[in-house]
Amino acid sequence: MKRNIFLIAVGIALAFWPMGGYQEGIIILMCINCIAAMGVSILTGFTGIFTLGHAAYMALGAYTTAILTVRYEIHYIPAIIAGGLIAVLVAWLIGVPTLKLTGDYYAIASIGLGEAIRLIIENWQSFTRGSRGFPGIDPYTTRFLAVFIFIMLAIFTFNMLESNLGRELKASRDDIIAASLLGFNTPRTRMKALIISAFYCGIAGSLLGGYMSFIQPSMFDMMKSTELTAIVVFGGLGSMSGTILGSAAITLIMEYFRDISQYRMLIYGLLLVIIMVFRPEGLMGSREIWDLFKLKIRRRVKNNA
Amino acid sequence: MLELSHVYMKFGGVMALDDVSFKIQDKSLTGIIGPNGAGKTTIFNIISGVYSPTSGRVYYQERDITPLKAYQINRLGIARTFQNLRLFQRSSVLENVMTAAQNRYINSYSETFWGDIKPATVREPRSKYTFWEAISHLGRWKNSEQKLRSTCLDLLKRVGLADRAEQAAGTLPYGMQRRLEIARALALSPELLLLDEPAAGMNPEEVFELNDLITGIHKYFDLTILVIEHHMDLIMKICPHVICIDFGAKIAEGTGSEIQNNPKVLAAYLGTEDEEEF
Repeated sequence: MKRNIFLIAVGIALAFWPMGGYQEGIIILMCINCIAAMGVSILTGFTGIFTLGHAAYMALGAYTTAILTVRYEIHYIPAIIAGGLIAVLVAWLIGVPTLKLTGDYYAIASIGLGEAIRLIIENWQSFTRGSRGFPGIDPYTTRFLAVFIFIMLAIFTFNMLESNLGRELKASRDDIIAASLLGFNTPRTRMKALIISAFYCGIAGSLLGGYMSFIQPSMFDMMKSTELTAIVVFGGLGSMSGTILGSAAITLIMEYFRDISQYRMLIYGLLLVIIMVFRPEGLMGSREIWDLFKLKIRRRVKNNA
Repeated sequence: MLELSHVYMKFGGVMALDDVSFKIQDKSLTGIIGPNGAGKTTIFNIISGVYSPTSGRVYYQERDITPLKAYQINRLGIARTFQNLRLFQRSSVLENVMTAAQNRYINSYSETFWGDIKPATVREPRSKYTFWEAISHLGRWKNSEQKLRSTCLDLLKRVGLADRAEQAAGTLPYGMQRRLEIARALALSPELLLLDEPAAGMNPEEVFELNDLITGIHKYFDLTILVIEHHMDLIMKICPHVICIDFGAKIAEGTGSEIQNNPKVLAAYLGTEDEEEF
């Protein structure tokens, strides 16, 4: 409960703090990245399924929303939800045959699937305008909308992790055989995780389209997918607050070095190496940020006693 | 309660189980003994559905459970522990038990048109709430989480781990991890509990405590227990009925003293006199 109030407070601060257009843009981008990273974190950090193709779900969300709002002139809110749902649908179709794969095999399959979805979008010229990109999207992603959706999804995620679904995901991450012998239908567990994460990425893609007002398939290539997974590893596998902090930090750092943009990837790589060397478990390990506070308080109580 | 009938299990060219048949009575405490590599754990893997046997059938409460998957067999009320611990290391002790306890199914079957059984699909209402209640923390979430928590804490008290509830399971000492595995299996409120070498790697003192724990559980929870062990003493002390396995075949069955005096069992454990001459 305290956590949710804290998140809402952060949300109000992010949404209403007076700031210039440039800063607003950064906040929007940060929220979008956080949403997508939360999705990947549910799958990779909490269910233990490595994915290198989640940018494809962002692409699906972005294109669905763009086409619905521009061609069919549907209001952007149902269009964003539709973007998420289309990603869910495709994830379900993909998940049925592939989620029996475990470990690295799924990662390999996800690369192929991610690229395939991107190439379909790129080559379906009559519908998606192909690699020329899709211009003229109404810039519906305001700072308020991005922050609102981000905070809402963050609350849902943290709540979910404290429920029986969260425990189910973690069980199949930690030991899939033990999980199946505790009565969990593990392929179905993995499917649930994939579907939820695809929904998050679809929503993130929809918001990205509304922010950029122009999308093209090359925005959702393998680079983007690896970036999402890298952020989750950076934040710590199995730590949702780590994921959020990590993706916020990476977004800010990348923005900060925009002037020397040709070296940005260098800094990005350096950052990952530094994390690997000094905190091999990622920024937060598998703890949440409030666990750290609890530990500190406990230690202090012990010291005083 | 449980019956194995002519079970064969082949791994490549190796015959891991060779025509094993036995019956286990309701509410009994049965031990399976045998030297290392005799195929004891394979029996458990077949009962719990990790492997399906090459041929032969497994019946549970007069129903053929051979074709069912592991999670379905579990939902029928069979829980097990593992020889090499399979705890959720990073989760807390309490969370480990809650993960199991949330998964209690009402012991209900339905039969398909062909007479196969479809296992339980009805979750026990205590820990039941929908996805939407889970993500919003509204509705039944709070109540059922609290109930789940308190029942799990009671269970941890019973196995003597209550003061460690918040600790990460991977950081517990070895003997306690074994207890936690038993607690986690019990949290499913099974009717048949399979314990796979519960005393492996324990010192004599811990084995002594384990004896009490197992017999205590058997009395208190009123369930059927099947224990695998190659420590003869443990089995002889607690199990009224013992089955002995060697090279994948059942070589003897009976009470503890019968087994101890059976020449085949002695041969399996100590070797025959002929062999010693070489």
